Amino acid sequence: MNDNAIVELIDIKKSFGSQQVLRGVNLRIMEGKTTVIVGGSGQGKSLIIKHILGLVTPDSGRALVYGKELNKISKKELKDIRTNFGVLFQNSALFDSMTVYDNVALPLRERTRITEEETERIVNEKLKMMDVEGTNKKYPAQLSGGMKKRVGLARALVLDPKIVFFDEPTTGLDAAKSNEIYRVFSRTQKKLGYTSVIVSHDVPKIFKLADYVALLHNGIVRDCLTPDEFQLSDDPVIKDYVETTMGPVYSSEMEV
Amino acid sequence: MLNYFEKLGADTLYHLNQTGRMGIFLFYSLLSIIRPPYKIFPIIKQTYVIGALSIFVIIFTGAFSGMVLGLQGYHTLSKFGAEGLLGSAVALSLIRELGPVLAALMVTGRAGSAICAEIGIMRISEQVDALECMAIDPHKYIIAPKFIAGIISLPLLTAIFDVTGIMGGYLVGVGMLGGNAGTYFSSMYKDVEFSDIYMGLVKSLCFGVLIIWICASKGYYVHLNRGGGFGAEGVSSATTNAVVLSSVSILLFDYFLTSVLL
Repeated sequence: MNDNAIVELIDIKKSFGSQQVLRGVNLRIMEGKTTVIVGGSGQGKSLIIKHILGLVTPDSGRALVYGKELNKISKKELKDIRTNFGVLFQNSALFDSMTVYDNVALPLRERTRITEEETERIVNEKLKMMDVEGTNKKYPAQLSGGMKKRVGLARALVLDPKIVFFDEPTTGLDAAKSNEIYRVFSRTQKKLGYTSVIVSHDVPKIFKLADYVALLHNGIVRDCLTPDEFQLSDDPVIKDYVETTMGPVYSSEMEV
Repeated sequence: MLNYFEKLGADTLYHLNQTGRMGIFLFYSLLSIIRPPYKIFPIIKQTYVIGALSIFVIIFTGAFSGMVLGLQGYHTLSKFGAEGLLGSAVALSLIRELGPVLAALMVTGRAGSAICAEIGIMRISEQVDALECMAIDPHKYIIAPKFIAGIISLPLLTAIFDVTGIMGGYLVGVGMLGGNAGTYFSSMYKDVEFSDIYMGLVKSLCFGVLIIWICASKGYYVHLNRGGGFGAEGVSSATTNAVVLSSVSILLFDYFLTSVLL
């Protein structure tokens, strides 16, 4: 394994009943970089993230995080690896019977031994960073979609994780809200320097954030390239995807 | 014919799988109870939800069970001129059998269904996954406090059920039908022994574990249910299953526990 690759998926296959979703996924996530996974709906992009998180066991293949194979380690070791993770789920997965404050404070209360004053300081700082200060006492059901995402992001980042996973961070948001999320994302990554894995449909906007772009098609990752290489790739499937999502103008050599 | 065997095989595997999952669930849940850190607030909260909020329904059903026992008992015993034994008949029926069983059935209906639905919704909205990804053990965080609360609440609720039942029996047998108050209580003192109370206590403890085990695990594994355990419908069918299985298991275990403890 390359020294810089902190996550490596090797020939991951996964079926549900008779439907084979992943047919041999190979992917490497580089430390400190942003890798974006793109592809059509229902291709299994979120499933790839779930394999890396250890929430799903592959039928065959290996999922390595920090060089450890997730389905061969103990529950304790898996838990230790997960202490490095921050996850923003597709639907935010906020605890709906808790207030925003308690949601963001939960990892601090359960995983650290800091005082309640310190917890309050960190939670308020993170909520401010996400521009959702003042929502402390609200419940997730009282928030808009964009606010939920930002609270989810605050919760994901509250323990300063080393790897952050974003599952469709802007799906269902309008252009202005998406831009806001991207701004928050780019600001926090600069500040905290985490490795990130993003599943997104928001092409080409998401390319501005990406160091690497991986296309999942028919259960395999066609390639994992830099955004420039991706847009100019000769692979017919990638080429087709780029033209469908971005139009010919983006794939032309005139693009700056 | 081949289809029939295929279906039988698939059914057997499914149920074996489910039983295995529930066994592992119980193991991890009990393990997480003894594993530090120990937090008292979630236990108090769950004891309030499972125990304190069930008190009214327990008093209500306890009183009426005792009253009907008083009514039936008085009329049956008076045929043999044995009205004096009404107190011990009501008390023994309640303490040994009806108290633990009916209290457990009431808690299943009131709190068990809520536990299953709550955990089921947490599962389908990825809140359980979110906990796991935050390196917070869902067994420790969600399930363990409910188990402890069930173990604390059930014996106490059963005791309340027994006492209100005995008072209900007194109200009908003595207050309404004119039995002797002194005889009602003296026959009870004479016939109820510690072994009877012990039997009721053991049963209520076992039922406490059983209810939380079945209801919590049905919610926890709602996504693995056959026929798609998704959405509101998946949670509602898991809740129905949990309540039915819990109620049936209470009656089944009651028989086995009685045969062991007698």
